[in-house]
Amino acid sequence: MVALDETQLRDGVDRETVETVQSMAGTYKHGWETEIEMEFAPKGLNEDIVRLISKKNNEPEWLLEWRLDAYRRWLTMESPDWAMLKIPEIDYQEQYYYAKPKSMEEKPKSLDDVDPKLLETYAKLGIPLKEQMVLAGVEGADEPRKVAVDAVFDSVSLGTTFKKELAAAGVIFCSISEAVQDHPELVKKYLGSVVPQNDNYFAALNSAVFSDGSFVYIPAGVRCPMELSTYFRINAENTGQFERTLIVAEKGSHVSYLEGCTAPKRDTTQLHAAVVEIVVLEDAEVKYSTVQNWFPGDENGKGGIYNFVTKRADCREARAKVMWTQVETGSAITWKYPSCILRGDDSQGEFYSIAIANNWQQADTGTKMVHLGKNTRSRIVSKGISAGHAQNTYRGLVSMHPKATSSRNYTQCDSLLIGDKCGAHTVPYIEVRNASSRVEHEATTSKVDDDQLFYCRQRGMDEEEAVALVVNGFCREVLQELPMEFAMEAQALVAISLEGSVG
Amino acid sequence: MLNINNLHAELEEDSEVKILKGFSLTINPGEVHAIMGPNGSGKSTLSYVLSGRDGYAVTEGGATLEGVDLLEMEPEERAASGLFLAFQYPVEIPGVGNMTFLRTAVNAQRKARGEAELSAGEFLKVVRAKANELQIDADMLKRPVNVGFSGGEKKRNEILQMAMLEPKMCILDETDSGLDVDAMKLVSDGVNALRDAGRSFLVITHYQRLLNHIKPDFVHIMSDGRIIKSGGPELALEVEENGYTDLLAEAAA
Repeated sequence: MVALDETQLRDGVDRETVETVQSMAGTYKHGWETEIEMEFAPKGLNEDIVRLISKKNNEPEWLLEWRLDAYRRWLTMESPDWAMLKIPEIDYQEQYYYAKPKSMEEKPKSLDDVDPKLLETYAKLGIPLKEQMVLAGVEGADEPRKVAVDAVFDSVSLGTTFKKELAAAGVIFCSISEAVQDHPELVKKYLGSVVPQNDNYFAALNSAVFSDGSFVYIPAGVRCPMELSTYFRINAENTGQFERTLIVAEKGSHVSYLEGCTAPKRDTTQLHAAVVEIVVLEDAEVKYSTVQNWFPGDENGKGGIYNFVTKRADCREARAKVMWTQVETGSAITWKYPSCILRGDDSQGEFYSIAIANNWQQADTGTKMVHLGKNTRSRIVSKGISAGHAQNTYRGLVSMHPKATSSRNYTQCDSLLIGDKCGAHTVPYIEVRNASSRVEHEATTSKVDDDQLFYCRQRGMDEEEAVALVVNGFCREVLQELPMEFAMEAQALVAISLEGSVG
Repeated sequence: MLNINNLHAELEEDSEVKILKGFSLTINPGEVHAIMGPNGSGKSTLSYVLSGRDGYAVTEGGATLEGVDLLEMEPEERAASGLFLAFQYPVEIPGVGNMTFLRTAVNAQRKARGEAELSAGEFLKVVRAKANELQIDADMLKRPVNVGFSGGEKKRNEILQMAMLEPKMCILDETDSGLDVDAMKLVSDGVNALRDAGRSFLVITHYQRLLNHIKPDFVHIMSDGRIIKSGGPELALEVEENGYTDLLAEAAA
């Protein structure tokens, strides 16, 4: 009866999830604001602002030139219009590009010296900045796992936990601005090597004005002793957040990294344009998980974050492996395609995604699997859920290059429509340029089935509980790939985003 | 227990399609009633109207469970007050473990009745014992609800749900359809084990053979939306022997 005991354990998790879901109201939970004195760069974007950001971070000359180069390229580029998104025109001169709490003027020596108001913000979000704590929701779990956190508030990183313990293992985990100071040779070597400055309009913008983000370096043969995570919080009004994350996994190393994002509720929209670059060398493995819960706008479509993100992993050497897992429930607009360049022979890329769009949200998201090496493998599992008036598009490219012989891709895209005013779209691009590779694609669209709902209700569940159960089942495949802490949060999010959207 | 009085129902979408046309039946606590009838006589509709499925409009008459108006309640309220329907075609729910589904259902009903929810441990103990009786193994409890189950597994799973939910009034809608002899015996044993003085059954079936295993107190023949003849178990044998034709002709005369 061993099998049954396992069931009990899994059930225990589900039960807590159900309780979490039940205890949460149907509104955006993280919409409050931290009142704090901020220092802003002047509004608008020009070379002086780029110089100012670079100066604030005390950057070397090469990095300033790199930024200016990106800025000049950005000026010549056009905002992409191929996505199935209605994007209102963005006035880039009406934004602030740098906002920093005044208390961070002099960089605190450790997290203990950080303004208590800022620390409170993270406590309220359930993000532990004390090293003995684990992520909210798993306290009292059988084996409390340590999670190191880099806390990014508007344009600056407040600090990073477990630095010493990680350093003992040879792992570097710090904000990118610190990495520029302390490990300039690594930053110079890898920055822009996966996502070049002129990769696309938003990547160019980010390259010009990125203010902070996380840097991770795992030395050869090291298995990172704990999960790493970055929690991004946008707080200031009319301020864009442009973070840049760089992860380098040396030969035979292993790391699991999570990011979470929230923002206050505001009537005006806000811009978020991030770049994530991952370099994976021989036999290394990187797992990157995102729970994106930026403010999605209100039920009339007012406000919300415009989320334009470029994420790419380069499996540069043989048998490198990368796995993207994302749960996208927030943002008014999502434009995001975490991708894998499978350059090394036998390298592997995986992409698991749940995108939920409710009310007036628009999401155009998916992945690119670019097979360059022999015998490379990729797997895509995407679940799109639309409710209210939302539009949800899966857009994915699978490309098998001539030298990528004997490679395989499997893609499965499912869409679930709740109600009859929303839309779901699947746009797969498939290019196969050799005869020995194989690509499989499956796509389905279904409505939450009346038979399923009636079946659940006849057994005693109310309509909301029944929808949550059916939708959670639909999402399970993706949620299983998330680290446990996030899986629970994500399940709760799935239920919240859909509350009241039946019919 | 269950009191159905002159029930008339039609399709919500098409009021021309009248399905129940004055159906009346009283079931007392502890009794087992069987309803037989040809295809299209309204047997399944009766079970749906009683359990509250969308798509039907009741135009006349009513139904009460222990004196409480059944038709005013939401489906989940009917379930919590003790009405259970074993589906003719149990529904598949991908990604939702059978065990999770069962416990969510049990606890939803307990909550609705103001009872304490069962802990994982308590629940597991009960499920194990009952699953064993129905020869449902650990694997089947873990698999997604009804996904990839054989016909027999689906019906045994319905009975397991019934055993766990401990309803007062059980409606079995053609539970014998798609079952081989062995599966029918298992399912019937499961049902018989649940028979007691406080629990009533309404067994809807097309064939007499199920009634060899689940012995009814009363048998009713349904045709064109109402009962045309009632009797004891011998009535089922008569149908088995002569078919429905004679009975229908008799009723028409």
